[in-house]
Amino acid sequence: MNIVACVKQVPDTEALIKVKADGSGIEEGGIKWVMNPYDEYGVEAALKLKEANGGEVTVVSLGPARAMETIRTALAMGADKGVHITIDAVDEYNTAAALAAAVKEINPDIIFCGQRAIDDDSAQVGSILAELLGIPQVTIVTGLTVADGKAKAIKPIEGAQLVIESPLPCVITAQKGLNEPRYASLPGIMKAKKKPVDVKDAAALGISVEPKAKIIKMTPPPERAPGKIIGGDDAAVKAAELAKLLREEAKVI
Amino acid sequence: MAKGVWIVAEQRGGALRKVSFEIASAARKLADELGEEVSAVLVGSGVEGLAPELAKYGVDKVYLADDAIYADYTTDAYSAAVAKVVKENDASILLLGSSVQGKDLGASLVGKLATGMASDCTELKIDGGKMVAIRPMYAGKVFAEVGIESYPQMATLRPNVFAAVENAKAGEVVKFDAGIPADALKTKVLETQQDASGKIELTEADIIISGGRGMKGTDEYKILEELAGLLGAAVGASRAAVDAGWKPQSDQVGQTGKVVSPNLYIACGISGAIQHLAGMSSSKYIVAINKDEEAPIFAKADYGIVDDLFKIVPELTAAVKKML
Ligand SMILES: Cc1cc2nc3c(=O)[nH]c(=O)nc-3n(C[C@H](O)[C@H](O)[C@H](O)COP(=O)(O)OP(=O)(O)OC[C@H]3O[C@@H](n4cnc5c(N)ncnc54)[C@H](O)[C@@H]3O)c2cc1C
Ligand SMILES: Nc1ncnc2c1ncn2[C@@H]1O[C@H](COP(=O)(O)O)[C@@H](O)[C@H]1O
Repeated sequence: MNIVACVKQVPDTEALIKVKADGSGIEEGGIKWVMNPYDEYGVEAALKLKEANGGEVTVVSLGPARAMETIRTALAMGADKGVHITIDAVDEYNTAAALAAAVKEINPDIIFCGQRAIDDDSAQVGSILAELLGIPQVTIVTGLTVADGKAKAIKPIEGAQLVIESPLPCVITAQKGLNEPRYASLPGIMKAKKKPVDVKDAAALGISVEPKAKIIKMTPPPERAPGKIIGGDDAAVKAAELAKLLREEAKVI
Repeated sequence: MAKGVWIVAEQRGGALRKVSFEIASAARKLADELGEEVSAVLVGSGVEGLAPELAKYGVDKVYLADDAIYADYTTDAYSAAVAKVVKENDASILLLGSSVQGKDLGASLVGKLATGMASDCTELKIDGGKMVAIRPMYAGKVFAEVGIESYPQMATLRPNVFAAVENAKAGEVVKFDAGIPADALKTKVLETQQDASGKIELTEADIIISGGRGMKGTDEYKILEELAGLLGAAVGASRAAVDAGWKPQSDQVGQTGKVVSPNLYIACGISGAIQHLAGMSSSKYIVAINKDEEAPIFAKADYGIVDDLFKIVPELTAAVKKML
């Protein structure tokens, strides 16, 4: 099988995020960059399919020079080759358009994305990519079997779980629960250094980037007013005081 | 010129979901400011009877695609139908709920309509005739103002954040046939497995009581469930509790779980890790019950009690019982 996994480099979830003074973006100094956690599930699913069916896994990432580290991480996990699209910070539509241009040349049987990137929290790129490639999609997938040219995916929705069938090729966006991503082994890391990575810019992909969604300004989150700690030694008294505050002050119960 | 504020109404099993009224109300507000109309796209099978409910929340016109092919939600069928009617009418603004379905449908429409979308917004305004969407990014560590440079200007709205406000309009029904050839539909819902019935959906709950590693086990959640029963609340969990196998993944709140915005969130035995805060920091009131006064959850809490939850929760239940 010919398999693609899209991987995005994002700040580690623990990273302190500071908005630049002019609100144009975040301060990148001191941030530890990692593979988007949901993309790890996508890479793992891709590797499992390859192990079961043979074939090749290509990882594709769009981002500045440092995104290469994330491609190498996926190669160290076991992916065969990479494509690095050297475009920095564009909106979801243009990201998907660039990924689509790169993926078309690979002509995969199945494409994995994460259900959401934890930096922009958009949850859009996988679906847009599917539309631009004209193939079906199943998003937020927690279970997957692929056989006879079809994908059967489990998708949790509010209060239920769906089993959805899609013909290949299709886009699957991975959710926690799909699998347990493997760690890169030491030999894997050594081998990754020799695996091929194609580097392409917008011109090489034949696309032009015209932003459709624009960040006007970033700000730190609104401050919450300092809270009240209900002190005292008696659990019953404190609990009664809390109940009273919730009813009379907050008016939420 | 692009004109009109549009929403996609979300229904399941023949009933509108709560978020539909929230987006209708948000759309009404924008439309009044712009002096334009609110149109809702309603897709489903046997759902015409739902149109008046949308009108009650400020919808002027309901564009209805009613056909057996829409009995189950599938991305391909719904997205093709909505894209067609929105394009034909040159919509200026298009809003959806940031529910599982709304996120999926919205993103697929972005591809079909070649436009931009602000996801999971917590506030909308009009500036110079255009929509400005405000949304958390980086798990709520940053807020961004986003403008959409193309049409329709799309946004998904976080459930439970925008108030549903009654504001009755005509709700004229316009039927349309998206003319989707059956072979254009690729995905199929083979099965729908309902969760244990009667459970309140976390993303729609007004009150959530969550338990973390401090709960110590599955059975101990009974004390949270008893209080939840009294308050009509849903019970959630931290990832530590889910990973320990005490609660299913569908109950997890946080970055890798659900994003919730209840009126009241009571965190019991939860430390308040940044990934947990990512899922609940837009709650209106936050209560923390934790025996460690240094726990970061207290920095976000409106009310806190530093004590053993196994002492406090039963007393809180008793106090609430007396009160209600
Ligand atoms: C990529 C990534 C994604 C993640 N996503 C999520 C997510 O979606 N949701 C999530 O919740 N976490 C998530 N996490 C995990 C997160 O970092 C924390 O590990 C987790 O939230 C901790 O859960 P907890 O607060 O229940 O446990 P702990 O941090 O262990 O806290 C337990 C708390 O209970 C208190 N306690 C113990 N006993 C009692 C008692 N008897 N009475 C009162 N208090 C008591 C303790 O003082 C302590 O503060 C994620 C982590 C990563 C790396
Ligand atoms: N710059 C990128 N490079 C590669 N894949 C990406 C990029 N941006 C988004 N994706 C993929 O699309 C998914 C959803 O991203 P988003 O829509 O930004 O939340 C991610 O989990 C990735 O799999």
